[in-house]
Amino acid sequence: MMDKKIDCLVLGGGAGGLAAAAEAARHGANVVLLDREPAPGGVLDQCIHHGFGVHRYREELTGPEFAHRLVTELERSGAEFLGKRFASLVDVKRRRVSTLGPSGYIHFQPSRVILATGARERPFGALGVPGFRPSGILTAGVAQRMVNVDGLLPGRRTIILGSGDIGLIMARRLHLEGVEVVAVLEQRAIAGGLTRNVVQCLDDFEIPLLLQHTVSCVHGTSRLEGVTVGEVDRQGVLIPGTEQYMAADTLVLSVGLIPDNELVSGLVPTDKATGGLRVNSQMKTEIDWLYAAGNNVIIYDLADWVARAGETAGQFAAQAALGESPPPDSVPLETGANIVHMVPTALADTNAACLLLRVSEPIANGSLQIEGLKPRPVARARPSEMIEVELSEEEISELCKRERILVEIVSHD
Amino acid sequence: MTEKRMICLSCPVGCQLTVTVENGEVLRVDGNACPRGDVYGRQEAIEPMRTLPTSVRVTAGTRDLVSVKTDRPIPLDLIPAAMDLIREISVEAPVRIHDVVLDDLLGTGAKLVATRDVPAACG
Amino acid sequence: MVKIAVIGAGVVGALIAREACKYEAEVHLFERRSDVGWGITKANSAIIHAGFHDTPGSVRARFCQPGNQAFPALCEELDVPLAHCGGYVLAFTPQQKAELEKLRYHGECNHVEGLVVHSPDEIHAREPNVSPDVRWGLWSPTVAITEPWALSIAATENAVENGLILHISEEVTGLRVDRARVVEVETGRGAYAVDIVINAAGLFADRISAMAGVDFPELFPRRGEYILLDRRLRGFVNSVLFPAPTRKSKGILVLPTIDGGILLGPNAQDLKHDAKGRVDTTSSGLREVEKGARKLVPSLSFAQRVKTFAGLRPETVQRDFVVGTTHVQGFLQAAAMRSPGLTASASLAPWLIGELATAYTLERKASFQGRRKAIPKPSELDEDRLHDLIQRDPRYGHVVCYCNEVTEGEIIEAIRRGARSIDGVKFRTRAGFGRCQGGSCSARILQLLARELGADTRDVPQNEPAAWIVSGKARDDG
Repeated sequence: MMDKKIDCLVLGGGAGGLAAAAEAARHGANVVLLDREPAPGGVLDQCIHHGFGVHRYREELTGPEFAHRLVTELERSGAEFLGKRFASLVDVKRRRVSTLGPSGYIHFQPSRVILATGARERPFGALGVPGFRPSGILTAGVAQRMVNVDGLLPGRRTIILGSGDIGLIMARRLHLEGVEVVAVLEQRAIAGGLTRNVVQCLDDFEIPLLLQHTVSCVHGTSRLEGVTVGEVDRQGVLIPGTEQYMAADTLVLSVGLIPDNELVSGLVPTDKATGGLRVNSQMKTEIDWLYAAGNNVIIYDLADWVARAGETAGQFAAQAALGESPPPDSVPLETGANIVHMVPTALADTNAACLLLRVSEPIANGSLQIEGLKPRPVARARPSEMIEVELSEEEISELCKRERILVEIVSHD
Repeated sequence: MTEKRMICLSCPVGCQLTVTVENGEVLRVDGNACPRGDVYGRQEAIEPMRTLPTSVRVTAGTRDLVSVKTDRPIPLDLIPAAMDLIREISVEAPVRIHDVVLDDLLGTGAKLVATRDVPAACG
Repeated sequence: MVKIAVIGAGVVGALIAREACKYEAEVHLFERRSDVGWGITKANSAIIHAGFHDTPGSVRARFCQPGNQAFPALCEELDVPLAHCGGYVLAFTPQQKAELEKLRYHGECNHVEGLVVHSPDEIHAREPNVSPDVRWGLWSPTVAITEPWALSIAATENAVENGLILHISEEVTGLRVDRARVVEVETGRGAYAVDIVINAAGLFADRISAMAGVDFPELFPRRGEYILLDRRLRGFVNSVLFPAPTRKSKGILVLPTIDGGILLGPNAQDLKHDAKGRVDTTSSGLREVEKGARKLVPSLSFAQRVKTFAGLRPETVQRDFVVGTTHVQGFLQAAAMRSPGLTASASLAPWLIGELATAYTLERKASFQGRRKAIPKPSELDEDRLHDLIQRDPRYGHVVCYCNEVTEGEIIEAIRRGARSIDGVKFRTRAGFGRCQGGSCSARILQLLARELGADTRDVPQNEPAAWIVSGKARDDG
């Protein structure tokens, strides 16, 4: 069977991939978008709550509605969608991508590939919590799929470990579906998710949020019966004597999202701080023909920004595929004080760029210092909420004269 | 006279508001950096309003549930009753996005609308 | 026709039952769990030992090296994975070196081939991540790794193809002995007249033995905790790394798994006689495993941890197998199969059944077909073969478990072959074994099980029926 030669192959049909494929096709590239599921939308499909579209469409939408808009854009763009198709191998040397689906293998020879493979959830097994391994322990995303897509309830009385947005959203969802939500436990001293979600998912229903607490042991030989909960110190170490038993038949975990780049593991450089692929401001990885956008680069707060990153990737991948302009050089961006991680990891000399970063500690008052530019004020910054920094064409032009660009935040607190 | 403390959710700043209420009426709102905070505080202290995203049973469709939302916020207090009602109803496929599933939810004037398509199952 | 009942469908019982099916006999296999291989078989180091750990003259020594030699042919027949990765026993002090020499001597007595002591340079050439403090390593090329539950599943499947009557979720509650002969097996479902009973009941072998009125040495569970690291670390170690052994156990190991992960463990904690369900891990046990593993491979990082679990081994004071005939005619033991029980099972089964065949003049079954094909794995097939497979069944092109590239076709076939739970599918296909631990696939596998079995999702469990997954429907069916 002949290899299929195309301009742009987009792997992953969630918010990033949909936007990337549509944009690339709008630029005139011949585009194929693949997803493992039968229909595009990715995890948006099961995110039936609000919080999407405020930036992109100036409307507050639910996940499925946001997906619907992106799918409509895709359909109008002329890009081709193939569902139930799994990318199994990226051959970097031969520039070939092998994919498996119900009609068999299709091998592509794409000029450019956009990796929009999203993130996976950290599973219970990775935590190393002692005890038995009963049923009833599941990640929030699985619980969400069960309830919202399959209409199945995962239990009657639940504890939620982790106060990231997905954990908070599921606290409300399960409560509204008649499941008793005993408490949300958070290891750190501050909630992991957006303040709005703490208010509208926990406070509204008087669901307790126990900060600096975690699960230290799991009980129940067949089905979960309860957990031992203990307090932790600032280093996350359990404080002896603080253990208490909480009866529950379900433990929902929201303990971290991990960028999913299995397909190119070891082939494309990743960033230690984000755990995702290193990309420049065009969303191009350090392998020239591979672009990446979305949660597989950095874990985003908002799907709107994932879509925007996808569009950036789509635009530049298409331009490169169509030979319109050679890829510009990039200057490395490095992070310094008070910044946990940032995307992109290099700045390309283009006419617009956007940096997204997270602070390591809350900063009431500070300034963002980009080496070579005037400092910008930063106020009320929180680790759970990404900060957006737009760079103008002039600023980019200035910065690209440098060998490297250091970005840090100075706290005035 | 009671003082309710809350975080304003109108924008990402998240001002800490203190709303003074007496006999069901707001006397003052403090802590807001802009007028939006005043509006938020006054509503939230007396009658918090929330949009409700949930799902409704579908018959004869390619899936068993359709995700829905209220097209505008409804009183937080009414949500348990709304959920009881929503659990009982069903809608027949095909469902198109933004089809009205329930016209006037518990007399609030809010419609319950579908947020996705659910095609009819074949055969 | 002679009636044979094997009790316990772990690796030992399943191989014995299959061996029995090579003869003209009515063979029953009783398993109290709701699937095969869910006891000791599914939680151990999966090592096919060379035989140098066993004291010459012991029962273990008698069966370990021959079992090791029999494993390749067995795995080939049953289409079960086997990897000859070799093994090192590592010594850091002169006392430990003396242990190595003892092991080498034992190995030679036990006919183990290829044993040689390596220098640190030789060790690091093969295993660069072994501690720089290592001074000697006993290299054993015949050490291998496999997938023990796959062996149990494969042997049972093949035995059923050859006439085995399999009794799942059926616990043996009693044995009737008449004038020093075993005559009946009693279970929750009824009574079965038998001529021969083979006790392969793992942790419960003492209970079964008591039912027959046969003394059994005190059996107690020895718990071993394990840490599994991500397949991304494939190549971090290439062979099974042992420390110098203690009197109690072979020690805390670092070894590759058959699908490329790294397994650390086990520690060895002796539990009370009746603690036969204590497969829970402990914080001190897991710390002990981390510490022990780091002694051999100091650069191990636990950031890549995928899973932690514990398994129980059946230990007696004698630290040896209890096998063979007893004073009750027809009642045979295949028990106390502590390490190297998995390895020994491959030689024990033919020996035990061979003895029986002679004693009862059993005729060989001409129609016995010993070759069994595993469920086809699209991720391992070449493109032409996969194309044919997909032509016959497009579901073999629909990937469901993304971490391990397991397709819908394989899952359906696993259900056809006996999977009735999420774990049943997992152990037959490896779906859910990967780094996301079922995060992407378990919801869909639940739906597939419900659909194929015509069951409600509320009745599809994780493993045993009590391990329910779904408590109810979000919306009543109305």
